[in-house]
Amino acid sequence: MHELGIAMQIVEIATSSIPDEMKNVQVESVNLKVGKLTAVVPENLRFCFDIVAKDTLLSDAKLYIEEIPVVARCKDCNNEWTIKEPVFTCKKCKSGSIEIISGRELNIESIELADV
Amino acid sequence: MEIKVVRKVLDVNDTMAEQNRKMFSEKGIFVLNVMSSPGSGKTAILEKTLSFIMPDIKSAVIVGDICTSNDADILAKTNVPVVQVNTGEFGGDCHLAAHVIGNAANNLDLDDIDFLIVENVGNLVCPAEFDIGESARVVVLSVTEGEDKPVKYPLMFRECNAALLNKVDLLPYLDYDKEMAIGYIHQINPDMPVFEISAKTEEGFDPWIDWLKKKVRQM
Repeated sequence: MHELGIAMQIVEIATSSIPDEMKNVQVESVNLKVGKLTAVVPENLRFCFDIVAKDTLLSDAKLYIEEIPVVARCKDCNNEWTIKEPVFTCKKCKSGSIEIISGRELNIESIELADV
Repeated sequence: MEIKVVRKVLDVNDTMAEQNRKMFSEKGIFVLNVMSSPGSGKTAILEKTLSFIMPDIKSAVIVGDICTSNDADILAKTNVPVVQVNTGEFGGDCHLAAHVIGNAANNLDLDDIDFLIVENVGNLVCPAEFDIGESARVVVLSVTEGEDKPVKYPLMFRECNAALLNKVDLLPYLDYDKEMAIGYIHQINPDMPVFEISAKTEEGFDPWIDWLKKKVRQM
């Protein structure tokens, strides 16, 4: 539901990452990492991105979204596994004391500028 | 040409949230972010909670809604300072962001408060994503909703420190499987305390108020 705000942030961060001497160069793509536990729907994000990127250096940019699986580590037995269903207890020892290693990402990794 | 960025998309919000957290902790204020779906009884719970802890604990409330000041009007009757935030002014947002809390807090006398409650916009998705600089997070679930809410909205139940299961006075009239609901909560967050309460009858309020008072005093 808040994908529009997120899309606006992406355009802002991407634009501010372009070096000063290249401020008229179009952005070809934006590479994102989005964890599966993050409350972002990639399809909605793409839709919103296309709207807010209009009339900016990102108007033709493609959004590449790498979805990151939810990986957890058990603090008791060190077991590490990918969470695919909404169960956050250790599969091996049933402990509930776990830490989430990945799956909460919402990062811009890089942008690709058009050749000048 | 590739340009490395490596930045969190919500960087701006996270930075604001840290500023809020620093400000609140310097003033010794415990900030509780209360979240739930619409209609779970957040406002009624807060009304009752305030009646239990006032005047021992000096409290204030920031209420977030997309529209209307109805919740603030109800809470104002408890005689605590209330700031209403209508996210409509900020683009009809479905959640409260850190900068909104920072601005709202400017309308409160922070030297005269020990406990600040933030009643977030009714929504189990977006508020879980936005750090506002709170000290703890509580999710409210009511027995008139589906038992499987926790597994449908795992992020919310992962991110919170306690759950309030409200409207338990209605259990005799419903087919609600309470144990199943609590089981789902613990499937997502195994150590989460669950307080079974009724904001109408005040049933189950003592353990909840004890938990809260302990947290406020620890600040």
